[in-house]
Amino acid sequence: MFSTPDFSDNLMMRKPTLSVEGLSTWFHTKAGIIKAVNGVSFDVARGEVLGLVGESGSGKTVTGFSIMGLVDHPGKIREGRILFNGTNLVGLPAEELRQLRGTRIAMIFQDPMMTLNPVLRIDTQMIEAIRAHKVMTYGEARSLARDALGKVGIPSPDERLAAYPHQFSGGMRQRVAIAIALLHKPDLIIADEPTTALDVTIQAQILFEVQKLCRETGTALIWITHDLSVVAAIADHICVMYAGRVVEKGMIDDVLDSPSHPYTEGLIGSIPGHNRPGTPLQQIPGVMPSLLTLPSGCGFRRRCRYADAICKTEPEVVNIPARKGQRARCWHPLSDEASS
Amino acid sequence: MTVFVIRRLFQSILTLFVTSLLVFFAVFAVGNPIDVLIDPGADQIEFERAVRALGLDRSIWEQYFIFLENALQGDVGRSFVFNTPALELILQRFPATLELALTAMLLANLVGIPLGLYAGLKPESVAGRSIMAGSILGFSLPGFWVKVTVIMVFAVELGWFPAGGRGETATFLGITSSLFTIDGLSHIALPAISLSLFTMALVIRLTRSGVRETLPMDYIKFARAKGLRESRVISVHVLKNIMIPIVTVMGLEFGGAVAFTVITETIFSWPGMGKLLIDSINFLDRPVVVAYIMLVAMMFIGINLLVDLVYAVLDPRVRLSDSGSNNT
Amino acid sequence: MTAVYPEISDVRPDEDRAVFVESPLRRFVSDFSDSWIAVFGLAMLLAIVFMAVFAPLIAPQNPYDLSTLDLLDSRLTPGEALSSGRIAWLGTDGLGRDLLSAIMYGLRISLAVGVLSALIALFVGASVGLVAAYAGGWVDAVIMRIVDIQLSFPAILIGLVLIAVLGSGTEKIIIALVAVQWSYYARTIRGTALVERHKEYIEAAHCLALGKFVILFLHLLPNCLPPLIVVITVQVAHSIALEASLSFLGVGLPVTEPSLGRLIANGFEYIMSGKYWISFFPGIALLLLILSINLVGDQLRDVLNPRLQR
Repeated sequence: MFSTPDFSDNLMMRKPTLSVEGLSTWFHTKAGIIKAVNGVSFDVARGEVLGLVGESGSGKTVTGFSIMGLVDHPGKIREGRILFNGTNLVGLPAEELRQLRGTRIAMIFQDPMMTLNPVLRIDTQMIEAIRAHKVMTYGEARSLARDALGKVGIPSPDERLAAYPHQFSGGMRQRVAIAIALLHKPDLIIADEPTTALDVTIQAQILFEVQKLCRETGTALIWITHDLSVVAAIADHICVMYAGRVVEKGMIDDVLDSPSHPYTEGLIGSIPGHNRPGTPLQQIPGVMPSLLTLPSGCGFRRRCRYADAICKTEPEVVNIPARKGQRARCWHPLSDEASS
Repeated sequence: MTVFVIRRLFQSILTLFVTSLLVFFAVFAVGNPIDVLIDPGADQIEFERAVRALGLDRSIWEQYFIFLENALQGDVGRSFVFNTPALELILQRFPATLELALTAMLLANLVGIPLGLYAGLKPESVAGRSIMAGSILGFSLPGFWVKVTVIMVFAVELGWFPAGGRGETATFLGITSSLFTIDGLSHIALPAISLSLFTMALVIRLTRSGVRETLPMDYIKFARAKGLRESRVISVHVLKNIMIPIVTVMGLEFGGAVAFTVITETIFSWPGMGKLLIDSINFLDRPVVVAYIMLVAMMFIGINLLVDLVYAVLDPRVRLSDSGSNNT
Repeated sequence: MTAVYPEISDVRPDEDRAVFVESPLRRFVSDFSDSWIAVFGLAMLLAIVFMAVFAPLIAPQNPYDLSTLDLLDSRLTPGEALSSGRIAWLGTDGLGRDLLSAIMYGLRISLAVGVLSALIALFVGASVGLVAAYAGGWVDAVIMRIVDIQLSFPAILIGLVLIAVLGSGTEKIIIALVAVQWSYYARTIRGTALVERHKEYIEAAHCLALGKFVILFLHLLPNCLPPLIVVITVQVAHSIALEASLSFLGVGLPVTEPSLGRLIANGFEYIMSGKYWISFFPGIALLLLILSINLVGDQLRDVLNPRLQR
């Protein structure tokens, strides 16, 4: 694992591949405005893996779709910038965005059973992805697709090309989806819980392979998940989201060893493996509030054991002085003493 | 695939048999054609000769088996009224009906699918909403009244089209049809358009709801994430998925269109088999009714079979699960 | 880490916590009135039903009381005055009947036949469908095969054949309409019931050793209602349209029960001479009736369909 040099607290040494600044994506529904993503910022550098962690509804998937420019109606990016290799993707003409999608930025989805079109053959779905961006004959594209399938570990790719998605197992389908994502050697891959729907053994294989491919090609990777153990295994940096906001971010080891936001602390505490057998599991009381009826101030305060009057006003992002680059959006960030 | 076809074929034959039984008994068991068909002033000898000639003196089972045996040889009896083989009578009228129904189906799909697609892609737009309102109207319009009104406006008041009848026919590539002449086209326009309205409304709604259900699917989003052009996402990824229900309903609706030619042909004096059916019902000319029903039943069963096959081609899941090579 | 979290009950509701209490009926009403066009349809439907039910009280004339008719009044254009001095707003037909009154009475007959046949078909179809779903096995197979065969033929054809067999008459028409429609209900309710019967509450009912009849009609049936309600509205519209078509073809209701279909047929003979109103206005009435039912049914479908929940 490479690490950021010590003196680069705020200034990254190299230009990040992706830099999200103050991104807000809101959904204007009949019932009101859902602030699915609310002022989110983070960077991902070349060859780096960022773990975007949060429970369902925390806005992590919408963040991914915002970067891809695939937010569905009635969602809209309200403000913020998404700088990709220096270009702001927000407000980019649709056609230019399309040309980036699939070539420079690729996405892998959560449920491999739903990602591939059930009525189209694998080769159709791969070749169209190639030919959408490159002028190429059908034959050339097909052999490229075959090589791509081989690379992600699909046996006898030549035969499998002519198959339909339902003839593949879940793990194999996810490999196909990964092969499609890698077709154009993108600079950034957004992986939205790609292993959640898979068996644990398959999950480990896929984790390993994606990590390897990113290291080899220098692709930046955003790994969206709710599973901290997956993030621990793969990510360099971590971003914890709660109710549409980033509540904590930092180097993976720092955050996992000494979380500074009470929510992160609760998340880590909820991992069953952390417990001694026989002792009750720790849990975060209550549920995440509906994004329609967010409380004022800190979104977590009703579930937080440290909450007091000041938490009714919006907390600032604070640097955690003990560890470079670790930040939390909290009035009462935990120090090492408090959480150990 | 072969197993699939054979099984469907077998089912079709069974259905046809059951239908023949039902139809025969429904039509022959009730009602007394003697009263209608034989001149009340006829004497006893003449009366019995007529009964024998029409085969009405046998038991109902015998009548059925005679009917079935003959039907297998393509003979479903002679028309009481015209005194010609009923099937021949029907088949003479068949091309005119087929021409009308096919034209209507073609119109319904050529207009309905694009409109439904638009309404599905832009459900909130004014045009999208108008299309949907129009389709509810198309659903609700009583078919026969539309036809009456259409004649009133376009034939009587404006005089743009003839009020009824079939135009001149011409033969092209071995097919004789009135679609190949200007006169024929002007005659078929009103009946075909008015016949297509209901199916068109159905196709619009089906396409729209298909689009609306397909668009939020992950595979559509993934297709976009691959950077495909929107035109390809719609024309391949969305359209191929919604074709499955459309084809199914289209098959059934073609049958429906043929059935509704009964009304269309009566109003527009179109010389097809639907008008013949109404006349035959009014004259209790049972062999013709039976011949009509059997022909239409055969056609429907054929269409259903065809739909199943097309379905299998369109949806790989159906095809493979049926031949037992599904490995998920 | 030995964090002690507060008990959930300790978390007091804040002053800014929104309270959502919404009864299902209220949500249904609010969802339904989401579309103004559906509300409009409902209002129109209610108005039509009112007109039909109270036709004898509000119609200007009893069009079937021969003593009130005057042949001199025949084929008056809309707005002309009858010999009695009253104005026939929609004109008169070939027998001198005031069309507005004839339409009101026609609506009455059309609605009555349509609703009655749909309800009988509902009863027959729902019973058969429930039994098929609940019994399963060969009973189910046989019933559904019959339903499939019937559904593969257009309703109008089956109706025509049945009429050809049964002869005409009001009760025969109703029988034919029921015979045509029961299969739609049977299929709908069987499909829903098959899904529902494997749910826990049915198992729970079995565990309580409730009678089959009780489980079928008190537990299973109410849960199959939402899709059924949609099918009922669609089928009432269908059955009205079908009856009108048959009557138009002259094989429907007898002349003594002139439904809208018959009125339109009566006017057809005057079309060529440009006397449009005799069939045009009854047609509009029929259209509005079916349209309003469809508008309501359409919105019901959206509101009751869990797949489209926004």
